[in-house]
Amino acid sequence: MQTQEEISHLETTIHDLLLEPKNQGASAADAGLSIDTGLSVNARLGDVETIEHHCSQGLGVTVYFAQKKGSASSTDLSPQSIKETVTAACSIARYASEDPYAGLPEPEMLATECKDLDLSHPWELAAKDAIDLAISCEESARQYHTDISNSEGASVDTYQGIRVFGNSLGFLHGYASTRHSISCSVLGERDGNMERDYWYSVARKHQDLESAERVGIKAAQRTIQRLGARSLSSRKSPVLYSAEVANGLISSFLSAISGGSLYRKSSFLLDTLGTKIFPDFIHLYEQPHLPGALGSASYDAEGVSTQANKIVTDGILNSYLLSTYSARKLGMQTTGHAGGVHNLCIGTGDKNLGQLLKKMGTGLLVTELMGQGVNPVTGDYSRGASGFWVAQGEIQYPVQEITIAGNLKDMYQHILAVGNDIDYRGNIRTGSILIEEMAIAGE
Amino acid sequence: MSNSALQLAKQAILVPTGLQESSIHRVMDQLFNGAVDSGDIYFQSSHYESWVLEDGIIKEGSHNIEQGAGVRALSGEKTGFAYSDKIDLSELLSAVKNVQAIARQGQTAKVALPAHTHVPQLYAPINPLSSLSDQQKVDFLRKIDSETRKLDARIEQVIISLVGVQDHILIANPGDSLAGDVRPLVRMNVSVIVEDKGRREQGSMGGGAREDYHYFLEQDRALGYGQEAVRQALINLDAVPAPAGSMTVVLGSGWPGILLHEAIGHGLEGDFNRKGTSAFSGRVGERVASALCTVVDDGTLQGRRGSLSIDDEGTTTQCTTLIENGVLKGYMQDKLNARLMGVQSTGNGRRESYAHTPMPRMTNTYMLPGESDPEEILQSVKNGLYAKNFSGGQVDITSGKFVFSASEAYLIENGKITRPVKGATLIGNGPEVLTRVSMVGNDLALDSGVGTCGKEGQSVPVGVGQPTLKIDALTVGGTNV
Repeated sequence: MQTQEEISHLETTIHDLLLEPKNQGASAADAGLSIDTGLSVNARLGDVETIEHHCSQGLGVTVYFAQKKGSASSTDLSPQSIKETVTAACSIARYASEDPYAGLPEPEMLATECKDLDLSHPWELAAKDAIDLAISCEESARQYHTDISNSEGASVDTYQGIRVFGNSLGFLHGYASTRHSISCSVLGERDGNMERDYWYSVARKHQDLESAERVGIKAAQRTIQRLGARSLSSRKSPVLYSAEVANGLISSFLSAISGGSLYRKSSFLLDTLGTKIFPDFIHLYEQPHLPGALGSASYDAEGVSTQANKIVTDGILNSYLLSTYSARKLGMQTTGHAGGVHNLCIGTGDKNLGQLLKKMGTGLLVTELMGQGVNPVTGDYSRGASGFWVAQGEIQYPVQEITIAGNLKDMYQHILAVGNDIDYRGNIRTGSILIEEMAIAGE
Repeated sequence: MSNSALQLAKQAILVPTGLQESSIHRVMDQLFNGAVDSGDIYFQSSHYESWVLEDGIIKEGSHNIEQGAGVRALSGEKTGFAYSDKIDLSELLSAVKNVQAIARQGQTAKVALPAHTHVPQLYAPINPLSSLSDQQKVDFLRKIDSETRKLDARIEQVIISLVGVQDHILIANPGDSLAGDVRPLVRMNVSVIVEDKGRREQGSMGGGAREDYHYFLEQDRALGYGQEAVRQALINLDAVPAPAGSMTVVLGSGWPGILLHEAIGHGLEGDFNRKGTSAFSGRVGERVASALCTVVDDGTLQGRRGSLSIDDEGTTTQCTTLIENGVLKGYMQDKLNARLMGVQSTGNGRRESYAHTPMPRMTNTYMLPGESDPEEILQSVKNGLYAKNFSGGQVDITSGKFVFSASEAYLIENGKITRPVKGATLIGNGPEVLTRVSMVGNDLALDSGVGTCGKEGQSVPVGVGQPTLKIDALTVGGTNV
């Protein structure tokens, strides 16, 4: 197998590279290497617009001189450049300060067994076939409705990559992974006002992608539904985050309980371990070893083995998300979260989106958010939004040019339900989330 | 073109890789062997370093090298693109083969461009990374840390970052000699967390320029960032909930010019207008702002973060008038979109790196000063919001809806600034918002050199600026309904 040979070759490169820092006086080191190749095509108005061939590589090295740390990276993998990259990292480490918490993970935390997580399924897709697929995707969007007036096109992308990571404690592992996607974005026009929306499908196996036609139709449906949007008067009301935007609520939570935010005191959830953040029915857990899933990994960015963590049970925070460094700063132990979570899942209720609309009765369904607008230190939240006004459980009309605001701590406490309409397209898998009340500002 | 910049770029890119100029010509000939309208090769060698101080110690530093070449073929509206991290002849020839696939139905129309005459150099071809020794860099960060911590007893955390970049660029265009540029860029940031009676807040301030690290030592700039970060954080400790709804908003001068970047700038980029997907498409000559408003995109400001002597397609940058006395004048163009719209490039063709394709992007976007005294503007407002500082923003160029988030704001009551309010997002409609500008200050200021703009996954450094502005109605996204 060609890929396996390449992985072995790159593992040897990392193995040899890790000898170099010692020669230069370092006490410990880790190194990672990645190679990615890909094809990306975009078709617009029935014809190909761009074909891009991707091929990139990168090397990153971190060295420790006792408790002093330095890093360097390069896109040049020649032996000469590798040596220079190590030298650059060593030179920087000499000027860093002694930091009692710096260093590699405890050896017993490193992953010893790396299961095959079924992450690599290359798509032998010729540029011509990718173009045809993109054209058919866009065509199904443009034919969906006479109000579809223009297009930003449809794209088909396929990537394959190899990652190898090792450290001077003897950890060394490489794996291949793939990622494919189809996306489409079209415009609609009514009464001189234009709207745009999009849809995409992404998977490690191309057979798991939604069909090109379906992606196109969903993009068109979403655009058509937005036509005729108006603002709202300012008010307080329930807000239902649709699944594709609800993950933002969860990612703000994850960032607030991550070690870096906690030891820097830049989190609105300081000292909350063991306390109730959410209502009883909320459970957040991680499934890092799901075969073929987008967020799966056997080890984190430091080589620490990943675990099936229960992060929130019955609304109570069980675990922070810690790397080796942030754990030491907090007097705790790494949880294998250097680089973030892996397939973060939420326990859902039995209601789909339609049933959640009924449960909400009258309120706002949000399908798009704009801007950052989250203060990580206080949890104050204010973002631009668009979506639909809902009354008696039925969508009434599209709305835009409004903001929704609150404080994340209150918003988490006042989640009323989580839908079973899970969006599997990312590393955070959540359904729609209904919040009891937020402030809406509008015209 | 400054010869020295071109010579230095050749030295940095061609000498280490052993690539001959004659080989580049051979690759270009090969590229135009196919039926393509145009095309280019973009060579880049970039050195980047960063230093971070946290908890009073130099926590980490990194040094990064990126280099490679991107080959582009253009045929009608079509683009073929390939790149490689290796700069050598065989890689370039294989990239050419890949990109020519785009041109099957195209026609050869080799355009001879005017040769580069004198291009004003907007920054020296210096290496910021070597402008201070590593020891001087860490001593400097420690000094700013200890002086910032002395400012107030309520400071809990100080994080300081220092970043330097040196970019060498070579661009091969058909029928023209190589263009080259050496681009220095430095950036520094101080962020603090303060705590008082159990309430915590953050503040952050930074700056940057196409200069070397001495920029931060001059005029006590670095210490100024620390003072400003602490001031903002302390003010926010006392902030009350922000109001919700439509009201009169006065925007401060300088960085609040992000309004123009989001509400106007993106919608005036040539690609969206060629495709007809922008809320501003087809509106040149129409009134889109009050007569008080004149807005430009100016890539030619000396040493600014958003400035470029030549853009990433080798075109000399310029000052482009976007809106003049309220009337829409024109769009920002790269070569592809200019050709398809039958106009000239405005020198706005930019790309994040050799691994990305160029597109029309902003440089430094700002509004020219008006005649009102800023104090008089505030006094004219009975009830409203004064937004002095912002974090980021975003726009939907098709519907025209844009947001930007205030990080420091105050209530205006009876013409006076009263209480600070919590950060809130402001939302509006790009083609409408400037029609509601009723006063423009005489205090034009540019931002301190911190802007980064994202478009289709590509980030580039930009600048913004404006005088104090009064907008008669804008929706403020507070919690106080």
